[in-house]
Amino acid sequence: MKELHLLGVFALLSILAIGGGTAVLPEMKSLTVGTEQWLTDAQFRDIYAIGQLAPGPNMLMVIVIGYHVAGLSGALIAFAAFFLPACAIAIATSRVWDHFEGSPWRLAIQRGMAPIVIGLMLAGTLAIARTAIVGEKSQICLAFAAVVFIAIYFGKKINPAILILAAGVAGCLLLQ
Amino acid sequence: MDQIQNPKSKIPNERISLREIFLTFLVIGATSFGGGVVAYLRAALVTKKGWLDDEGFLAALEISQALPGLNATNMSVIVGDRLRGLPGAAAGFLGMTLPGALIVFTLGFFYAAHSGDPLINSALKGVGAASVGLLLAVTLQIGHKQLEERLDVALVALTLLLVSFLHVPLLYVLLTVGPLAVFLYRPRPPSKQPPADLPAPSSKLP
Repeated sequence: MKELHLLGVFALLSILAIGGGTAVLPEMKSLTVGTEQWLTDAQFRDIYAIGQLAPGPNMLMVIVIGYHVAGLSGALIAFAAFFLPACAIAIATSRVWDHFEGSPWRLAIQRGMAPIVIGLMLAGTLAIARTAIVGEKSQICLAFAAVVFIAIYFGKKINPAILILAAGVAGCLLLQ
Repeated sequence: MDQIQNPKSKIPNERISLREIFLTFLVIGATSFGGGVVAYLRAALVTKKGWLDDEGFLAALEISQALPGLNATNMSVIVGDRLRGLPGAAAGFLGMTLPGALIVFTLGFFYAAHSGDPLINSALKGVGAASVGLLLAVTLQIGHKQLEERLDVALVALTLLLVSFLHVPLLYVLLTVGPLAVFLYRPRPPSKQPPADLPAPSSKLP
């Protein structure tokens, strides 16, 4: 039963994930924390943070949500449901895409969707901020976010992984 | 199945083994951190392996971005599919996701067993706060072009308002704002394009 819900929720998220993982974060939070009540706000933030500690596609956090809900089978179901539908659509589209080469509508779709994707990514950022920059130490959290933002946005050659790991260590020292 | 030859690819004729596809994406999947996967993909697929030229890479990236799903996994299946069909797509996908999935699963298992530990909680709080800064930086780097034109800014703001403040389900947002935005950027009659079914020239004009 829970497995079926996981399948439904993550397959839906997979198909809606236009603009990538960040763009679908608000909907993922609203479904997993709100509608289904699988997680609390703090758990959602923790699981998102766990996802940031691993390399590769940045939405592998769905594995942890699945595991939290229904154990090992839940982890596998969430992973497959979140990634495979989008992959199938990508393969199918890639095979026919060249037929639309030069179509003015292809350009219109790209042009029109670009700002929506940015809006969704900002919404995703805000969804994480609302779980991560809270509590009595929220000002320290805000400082963490500001330092990382400045370092990544203005200092082009910094590896984000180093900053993320440093933030984990700094969190142990400052956020307990 | 050994004779699969994708007609639209500009890939060298020698067959690339599934093992090589898997290993190439495994390296990308194991080393790319923090949303910067496009740079890793380009370095591996265009510069190092030469499986795609820049034009082919951008075309694949264009598809990845226009469709649902993550760039990293969409690219892995599109490139895998172009090299070796569905088995190639599977090899690319598994390589791309396996290292991160194993690490995330291990960490998630550990988290579930120690979820009350204050040290772990505070470390994750730090990581969560830092990722807000990372997300914002990546979003603005991708979106700085969109934030220069007024119509784009309006669409960005409308999307943000609907999702973050009015909590409209994403499906409805995509089904309303999507067509609206495409309509606003619809092809205009004066700038007529050549028919779409002309054979594409081998080198596109810039």
